Amino acid sequence: MQTTLEPQTSFEVSDKGFYGHFGGAFIPEMLYPNVEELRQNYLNIIADPAFQAEFWQLLEEYVGRPTPLFLAKRLSAHIGATIYLKREDLCHTGAHKINNTIGQILVAQRLGKQRIVAETGAGQHGVATATVCALMGLECIVYMGSIDMERQKPNVDRMRMLGAKVVPATSGSQTLKDATNEAMRHWINNPVDTHYIIGSVVGPHPYPDMVARFQSVISEEVKKQLFAKTGSENPDYMVACVGGGSNAAGAFYHYLNEPTVRLVAAEAAGQGISTGHSAATTALGKPGVLHGSRTILMQTEDGQVTEPYSISAGLDYPGIGPLHAHLFESGRGDFYAITDDEALQAGFQLSKLEGIIPALETAHALAALEKMNLNADDVVVVCLSGRGDKDLSTYSKFL
Amino acid sequence: MTQELTQNRITSLFSHKSERLLNVYFTAGYPNLNDTTTILRGLQTAGVDIVEIGMPYSDPVADGETIQQSNGVALDNGMSIKTLFAQLADCRNDTHGEPITVPILLMGYINPVLQFGVENFCQKCQEVGVDGVILPDLPLDLFLEEYAPTFRKYGILNVHLITPQTTEARIRFIDTESDGFIYMVSSASITGSVKGVSATMKTYFERIKAMNLRNPRLIGFGINDHETFDTASQFANGAIVGSAFIRHLSEKGTSPESIRAFVETIRS
Repeated sequence: MQTTLEPQTSFEVSDKGFYGHFGGAFIPEMLYPNVEELRQNYLNIIADPAFQAEFWQLLEEYVGRPTPLFLAKRLSAHIGATIYLKREDLCHTGAHKINNTIGQILVAQRLGKQRIVAETGAGQHGVATATVCALMGLECIVYMGSIDMERQKPNVDRMRMLGAKVVPATSGSQTLKDATNEAMRHWINNPVDTHYIIGSVVGPHPYPDMVARFQSVISEEVKKQLFAKTGSENPDYMVACVGGGSNAAGAFYHYLNEPTVRLVAAEAAGQGISTGHSAATTALGKPGVLHGSRTILMQTEDGQVTEPYSISAGLDYPGIGPLHAHLFESGRGDFYAITDDEALQAGFQLSKLEGIIPALETAHALAALEKMNLNADDVVVVCLSGRGDKDLSTYSKFL
Repeated sequence: MTQELTQNRITSLFSHKSERLLNVYFTAGYPNLNDTTTILRGLQTAGVDIVEIGMPYSDPVADGETIQQSNGVALDNGMSIKTLFAQLADCRNDTHGEPITVPILLMGYINPVLQFGVENFCQKCQEVGVDGVILPDLPLDLFLEEYAPTFRKYGILNVHLITPQTTEARIRFIDTESDGFIYMVSSASITGSVKGVSATMKTYFERIKAMNLRNPRLIGFGINDHETFDTASQFANGAIVGSAFIRHLSEKGTSPESIRAFVETIRS
C-alpha cells in the first residue's frame, strides 16, 4: 500500500486524521459536509470552558465518575502479579461507552442537531446513546444487527424503554459491521439535522480522535489513582480488550508516550484464529479501508470484508480503530488473541475470585493475563470495561 | 488534458453530444456470473451512451437495498475485479459479434481496488478499454495526493460526485479537478431510495446549472423512468439510471429485447 502521507513517530492523530499509515476519512461525497463540519468544530467545541464544565459535571454526577481503581487481591495471588481493575463496569449503564456518548451528545447539541443515529454491537453503546438522548430530549435511532438483537435482548429492551427506536440491520452478517453500514446510510439520507454517534474509535477522522479524547478520562483517572496507591502513575502493563477499541484507546491514551508502560490489547480469536470463526483482526487482517478509515481489516484476497465471529457481540468486528492498527504496526502494543473458551473461563474466574461478573468483552482482557508471562513484581491495570449482566444468557449455558 | 484523455471515449462522447445522455448502471456478476458482456452488448445495442459497471463489494455504504442485494448475489456468484477484467478482455475487439464501442465506467468501493493494486487496476482498465471509474469512498484530496498521477498515466478518468450539500467553493474545486463529467447526486440519499424529482431538487439542479461549470453533468439517484430522466435532462447533460435497471433485470431478464424495452421506456 502506498504510504506517502505524513510519516510520523508520535501516537497523536495528524492534521489529516492519520496515525502513521492508518486513519483518514474515506467517505463518499454525501458524507463530506457532515464529517467536515465535525472536523472543523470538534476541537473548539471540546476546548470551550462551558463544554468542559458540563461534560465533567455529567461524568461526575450522572455517570458516577471517577470510577474506582480496585486492587484485586485474590486475582493477583492467582496470576502472580499485582492486578488493579479499573471499574468502568460501575459507570451508569454498565460500561465505559457512556463516557463517549456524553461527550458526543454535547457536541451534537452545539452543532444544532436534533436527531441522533448510532450503531451497536453488544447493545452497550446503543444503551449509552439512548440514555443520553433521553437525558437531553433528542430523538434516537439505533441500528443493531438482527443476530445481535437476539443474543443481547435485554439491551434491546433497555433501549426501547429509554425511548430509542431500534432498527434491525438485516444485511450481511447481521452484526456490528452491518449495523454500522446502516447507520452510515441513515446519516447519508439525513445529513443536515442528524449527528451520528459512533461508539468506538473507528470511522472517518475526526471520530477516532474524538472518541479517544472522550474515553481518555479512563487513563487520566488511573494515573492519579495509581499514584495515590503506589507512588507511581505508571503500571508496567495496561490491558484492555479491543473490538473497535474504544475502552482500550481510553485506557492507553495518557500512556501512549510512556514507553515503560506496555500496552496490551486482547482481541477475540472466537473459536480459534485458524478456524474461520474468529475476530482476531491483527492476526488475520491486512491493511484496508472500512467504515471511513484505513486500518487493519479482515478481508479476502479480493478485498471483500470477512464476516467476523466472536462469542462476544462487542468484539465481533472485522477491523480495529486506526490508532490500534498503528500501535500494532509500530510494535507499541502487544496483541493477544483470546478464544471464546479462554474468555468464558476468565469471566467465571473473576466472578468467583472477586465477586465481579465481567462483560464477555472484558473477559478477553482478563484472559490475556494468563498469557503475558508476568513477574511477581509487575503492576498491571486491567480496564474492566463492562459488567456481565447482559451476557448472563451466554454464561448460563456453561454453568 | 493529456494525450490519453483526448482519446478517452467519455471525453470524446461529450465533445459531440451534450443533451439527454443516458448512463445505465448494472452490477457485474448479477444476476449470473457471466452476464456481464451480454448486458453490456444489450445496452450498447439499445443505444445507451455510457455503461457503468458495478464492481460488487461486501459493504456498499452509499448504495440502497436493490444495489446492495445485487452486490451480494454477484459476490456469491464468484465475481471479483480479476474476473471482471477477464470478462471484458476482448470486448473492444470482438471478432465474433459487434465490438463494444460504448464508453465504459467502473463503479465500486476503494478497498477491493486497493487490494488489487491501484496501478495494476489502472493498467488493466486501459488494457481492456475501460474509460473511467467512480469510487465514491476515495475522497478527492486523497485521490489527488496519492493516485491522480497513476490514473493520468493510463488515461483513466475518475468521476467525482457532488450533492445538494456540497458548497459552491467545493463544487468549483471539484470542477477544476474533474475530467469527463461531474456526477450530480440528486438528493441527500443512498441509491434507489428517491422517488420522483421534488421542487427542492429542481432548485438545486437550477443552482448548479447556473454555475456554468467547465464539465458536463449527469444526474443520478432517483432517475427511474421517462419523467425523471426528462426532468434531469432539462437541467443537466443527461442522467444515470441504476437501481431501476437492476430491478428490471431481476424481473424481465437480460435478453436484448428486455434491455431494449427498458431503455425505450426511459428514453421516450
